[in-house]
Amino acid sequence: MSTFWSIWITVITLIVIIGCAGLLYWCAKDKMGVEEGKSMGHSFDGIEELNTGLPKWWVGLFVFTIVGCVIYILLFPAFGGFGNGLLGWTSADQDIVSKQDSIERAATSNSQYQREVNKANELYAEVFKKLTHDEQGQYIAVEEVAKNPEAVKVGQRLFLQNCAQCHGSDAKGFTGFPNLTDNDWLYGGTGDIIKTTLMEGRNGVMPVGGLLTPEQLEGEGLQNLVSYVLSLSGRKVNAVEAQKGKELFGTCMGCHGADGSGMQALGAPNLTDNIWLYGGSRKAVEETIIHGRNGVMPAWKDILGEDKVHIIAAYVYSLSNPQ
Amino acid sequence: MTVIVTFSAVEFASNIVFVKLLALLSRDSQFYAKHIFANCFVNNAFNLRANLRGNNGQQRKQNKMTSHIENQPDYNYTVVRQFTVMTIIWGIVGMGVGVLIAAQLIWPALNFETPWLTYSRLRPLHTNAVIFAFGVCALMATSFYVVQRTCQTRLFGGPLAQVVFWGWQLVILLAAITLPMGYTAGKEYAELEWPIDILIAVIWVIYAIVFFGTIVKRKTSHIYVANWFFGAFIITVAVLHIVNSAAVPVSMMKSYSAYSGAVDAMVQWWYGHNAVGFLLTAGFLGMMYYFVPKQAGRPVYSYRLSIVHFWALVSVYIWAGPHHLHYTALPDWAQSLGMIMSLILFAPSWGGMINGIMTLSGAWHKLRYDPILRFLIVSLSFYGMSTFEGPMMAIKTVNALSHYTDWTIGHVHSGALGWVAMVSIGAVYHLIPNLFGQGNMYSTKLVNVHFWLATVGTVLYIVAMWISGVMQGLMWRAVNSDGTLTYSFVESLQASYPFYFVRFLGGAIFLSGMLIMAYNAYKTIVAPKGSLQPEPQAA
Repeated sequence: MSTFWSIWITVITLIVIIGCAGLLYWCAKDKMGVEEGKSMGHSFDGIEELNTGLPKWWVGLFVFTIVGCVIYILLFPAFGGFGNGLLGWTSADQDIVSKQDSIERAATSNSQYQREVNKANELYAEVFKKLTHDEQGQYIAVEEVAKNPEAVKVGQRLFLQNCAQCHGSDAKGFTGFPNLTDNDWLYGGTGDIIKTTLMEGRNGVMPVGGLLTPEQLEGEGLQNLVSYVLSLSGRKVNAVEAQKGKELFGTCMGCHGADGSGMQALGAPNLTDNIWLYGGSRKAVEETIIHGRNGVMPAWKDILGEDKVHIIAAYVYSLSNPQ
Repeated sequence: MTVIVTFSAVEFASNIVFVKLLALLSRDSQFYAKHIFANCFVNNAFNLRANLRGNNGQQRKQNKMTSHIENQPDYNYTVVRQFTVMTIIWGIVGMGVGVLIAAQLIWPALNFETPWLTYSRLRPLHTNAVIFAFGVCALMATSFYVVQRTCQTRLFGGPLAQVVFWGWQLVILLAAITLPMGYTAGKEYAELEWPIDILIAVIWVIYAIVFFGTIVKRKTSHIYVANWFFGAFIITVAVLHIVNSAAVPVSMMKSYSAYSGAVDAMVQWWYGHNAVGFLLTAGFLGMMYYFVPKQAGRPVYSYRLSIVHFWALVSVYIWAGPHHLHYTALPDWAQSLGMIMSLILFAPSWGGMINGIMTLSGAWHKLRYDPILRFLIVSLSFYGMSTFEGPMMAIKTVNALSHYTDWTIGHVHSGALGWVAMVSIGAVYHLIPNLFGQGNMYSTKLVNVHFWLATVGTVLYIVAMWISGVMQGLMWRAVNSDGTLTYSFVESLQASYPFYFVRFLGGAIFLSGMLIMAYNAYKTIVAPKGSLQPEPQAA
């Protein structure tokens, strides 16, 4: 901030504090020409005012807060842009504007936030490392970590704090957020793949209209296609409609496979298992086809770091592969 | 840079206060602060009477001596009666909505799946109703009553007082309609949309004209301390409201704040905390300064204490807003200043409590049989408690535990129920017989019942919120040996349920007291004039 505004803040701060002290001094000393404890001599609607002196303990309290606060603002940031006080203290690196900035500053920063983060890392990094690494310092396979009850417990806690917001406390998901307990995987359910999903995030895209032209979906086209899609998981549908819809499904095979069983490399869902991420009602499937879908799993590597992600992956793996 | 602009807004208001303070310090020491007040607010603002004081002083003094009894001016009590009755009605409405939303937190089905009955829409309705309907009606009633009686002159502006009353009722009505409909500017305690904001500003300026106009034409030599506080409240709330409500309208019922980011947050809490500081503290201290000595029949304890605590309070309170934004993107220096000013505020806040409670010295026995006085004195105790708690909670390390928990809700209600509502109730009980030609309330016994319901309700409420708040704070920060959090948020919520029930109970008890008050007031108003007289008391 500019010098002008820093002076502005500083001057007004000092005026208020010194003003309070001066006011207190003046009112403690001045008797206003009236004997202590006697009436000031004015009456308002019958109410008089006494000239009682200020209670000593109260004056002491006032002075104590003023002195204490003056000491505080000398030690801590208080005068606008004029430094951070004698202790050079800051709460956080408030001038950081990019992730790159943040990573660079983390190494040298002395802010309260960074100090607490460093302290926590120092304290807990070992815990996570121990659960995920073997004696040679190599990562233990996610599937193996999932057999360690201690690791699964830690993984569950991490899950509850970081993942439960979308996937639910029981990991059973919600419309648009996959159920992680049913061993049905969009991208694959091996330990490595789960870990990759967590580390890098995923972007699941169902294109608008399912890549079919509007003309193809016109009239009964959409209804026929939906009937066919629903028939794939054994639902009862109008056979004639499904037969017509099958012709349209040709376009969908590129992602969902010839038999509709999906393609994990693309994250294209299996349409034959009657598990529906966005709902399996006729209306929901229609909406999925007409408007498309966009599913986002955020990347966690920079937020949690690889060790914690490894443990969460093990927890998620254990949900579908109980010991 | 943007943050500086925000703080400038803070400074702007501080400066107003400072002009007064400097004037005070530069005068010779025999000069009374109330003269400064008059000079700054009245003479400068209205450019009147600059030379009249000397000429008329003598005459005024004589008026003062005689007018009290024989020569009572023709006061405008109509507007006072209107506001007093509406204080009770809006109190019941606002607190009723509060009890409903407290119940919704325990039994969510009570929103009946109806959009306008959901917590999110009723919560702002509750806060607006208790602050701006109940609280401001009480302040307008008492300030109009007090300013007339202590200036010994009729309200200035003739029909303007009626404009204030009906205009303010219109504001409340519009709030009661638009908030449940979901119209909101999204700022806490400033949710109303821009057309209503403009209406508020206009009515408020008229209110100021009536109030200060009355002070200008006063028949007393000085301005009584209650009016300093009412005056500071009226001026500062106008500044706060206009600055914080600055917005860019995009349609009749939608606008976006003129500020953004940390600046918006700073302006909002500069407003938000001073709604507490000037509306709920300074305004009600004005009320206290009249009704406590009047009801106790004792002189004010210390004139000098009222000077130092008034000026310190108004100059320091305006800085306290940043303590709502500890550990946020607000610059560190602003957070530091918010914290230290909140701490310096401790002694000036207590000045009011000391002056109120000590005014009773020599009349303590009156507490035994006068429940109205009991309301007033207990309100001061709660005031002292919350103004001790507030500075403590503004300390960053305490705030790290208390912030975002129910502790804050407990703190607010210790002030809102314990102080604001109790002092208003005491004042209303004092006013009603005086305004409706009676010597006493219909039933002193019911006033006493109300007193105990209010006290028990308040205590249940705040104790429940203290425990639940501290528990939440501790649960949120508890960590396991692996550094992960011990509890998920939902677990802390689950643990809060029993306390939510106690809070609901406390609120319901407080509300039942208000219903008794309404009955008692009704019986007093409809009784034949002069039929209710105080029972003689054994000394």
